[in-house]
Amino acid sequence: MDLKAPHSMGTTIIGVTYDGGVVLGADSRTSTGMYVANRASDKITQLTDNVYVCRSGSAADSQIVSDYVRYFLHQHTIQLGQPATVKVAANLVRLLSYNNKNMLETGLIVGGWDKYEGGKIYGVPLGGTIIEQPFAIGGSGSSYLYGFFDQAWKEGMTKDEAEQLVVKAVSLAMARDGASGGVVRTVIINSEGVTRNFYPGDKLPLWHEELEPHNSLLDIINASGPEPMHM
Amino acid sequence: MATTMVKEVGSEPAQLLGPESASERTLYPYVTGTSVVALKYKDGILMAADMGASYGSTLRYKSVERMKSIGKHSLLGASGEISDFQEILHYLDELILYDNMWDDGNSLGPKEVHSYLTRVMYNRRNKFNPLWNSLVLGGVKNGQKYLGMVSMIGVNFEDNHVATGFGNHLARPILRDEWHENLSFEDGVKLLEKCMRVLLYRDRSAVNKLQIAKITEEGVTISQPYALKTFWGFSAFQNPTVGAEGSW
Repeated sequence: MDLKAPHSMGTTIIGVTYDGGVVLGADSRTSTGMYVANRASDKITQLTDNVYVCRSGSAADSQIVSDYVRYFLHQHTIQLGQPATVKVAANLVRLLSYNNKNMLETGLIVGGWDKYEGGKIYGVPLGGTIIEQPFAIGGSGSSYLYGFFDQAWKEGMTKDEAEQLVVKAVSLAMARDGASGGVVRTVIINSEGVTRNFYPGDKLPLWHEELEPHNSLLDIINASGPEPMHM
Repeated sequence: MATTMVKEVGSEPAQLLGPESASERTLYPYVTGTSVVALKYKDGILMAADMGASYGSTLRYKSVERMKSIGKHSLLGASGEISDFQEILHYLDELILYDNMWDDGNSLGPKEVHSYLTRVMYNRRNKFNPLWNSLVLGGVKNGQKYLGMVSMIGVNFEDNHVATGFGNHLARPILRDEWHENLSFEDGVKLLEKCMRVLLYRDRSAVNKLQIAKITEEGVTISQPYALKTFWGFSAFQNPTVGAEGSW
């Protein structure tokens, strides 16, 4: 029996719980082969007012799954008379992923806030397993983040600590994963509502062997004025 | 292969939520659990499994409970594809629910649950769409201890000690040597831990975070997660290639 290794999936996606809610983060690169089809995609998609999903893998598959889940949740919210819980949203995602596992290639991270359980993150990887976690990472870029999170993750972070962790992590993954790049988008969900943030590529920290960007070489060579004379 | 010609408006999306249509098969697993080991002891059954779920060669999830209690009398441990295990738990939830709804004072014992699981696994195998799991089912009812196994192709049997995956190769020989009737709880736990330690040394997908579960007439208890100490102090480990440089 040959256990086929999983496909690597273009993207870096992250979901982190903090004391009071969740922070979802993603890069913005959509690639077809070696070409970057969209350098500013939005991979964090709304399912309801209080639940969002990070999409990775096949763009088509992840879009169609989130479209169906949004449709089902809309009806569910009307019938229930109150906002859907994160658990219900995650389980709908799981049902679609599991029951169509032969056809779909998408890994998803469902995150949100509801009044019963507070902030929750659910991972739904390839195959349709559902797994509740304090934080989740996914996509091809996540390979580079297992060690980082093992070291940097702490229980009970504040909202700002959590968001900084997510931005740093996506940025580190983008530095090494060819399939991840562009900007870092984050979505913070808590009892007060939803906040979207945008960190353009040029505002992210620089890592090993990366240089400060300039408009032109001319700016560099002309910067410090004429060289002093030497004997 | 067309089934019905007339479809109701709005029914297509709902069909996506249900089980797969006829001509499909599960080809390979994605998120997998490794060995489960279990043995009969004086008061019932002891079962051990680590809390790891691998994604190919990555040890991706390290807090997955691969043993769950079923009804009042049984415990199910699973290795293989976790999403299929979650589906099996869903089927069993339904089975136990209907059993309780009868409200007739009777409740499904481990023998019955094992039989149900065997039927499910074998019938899926016949449709070339297996649930990619090896299941260990243990329990005690009316003083009778029961320990059985079902594989993904529907092979099933009972024994005094069982294991899945690597456990078959590494743990069973130890159990064949050292298991005996009427093991005490302490001896049973020590024996399981001996097996789990060997698996930790020699199974690449093993993770050092495990649970041991106990089923007796009183009920099911699953321990808190804990880790085992490992031993590396053999003198032969210090300089293994001295005198044979280049070897390993």
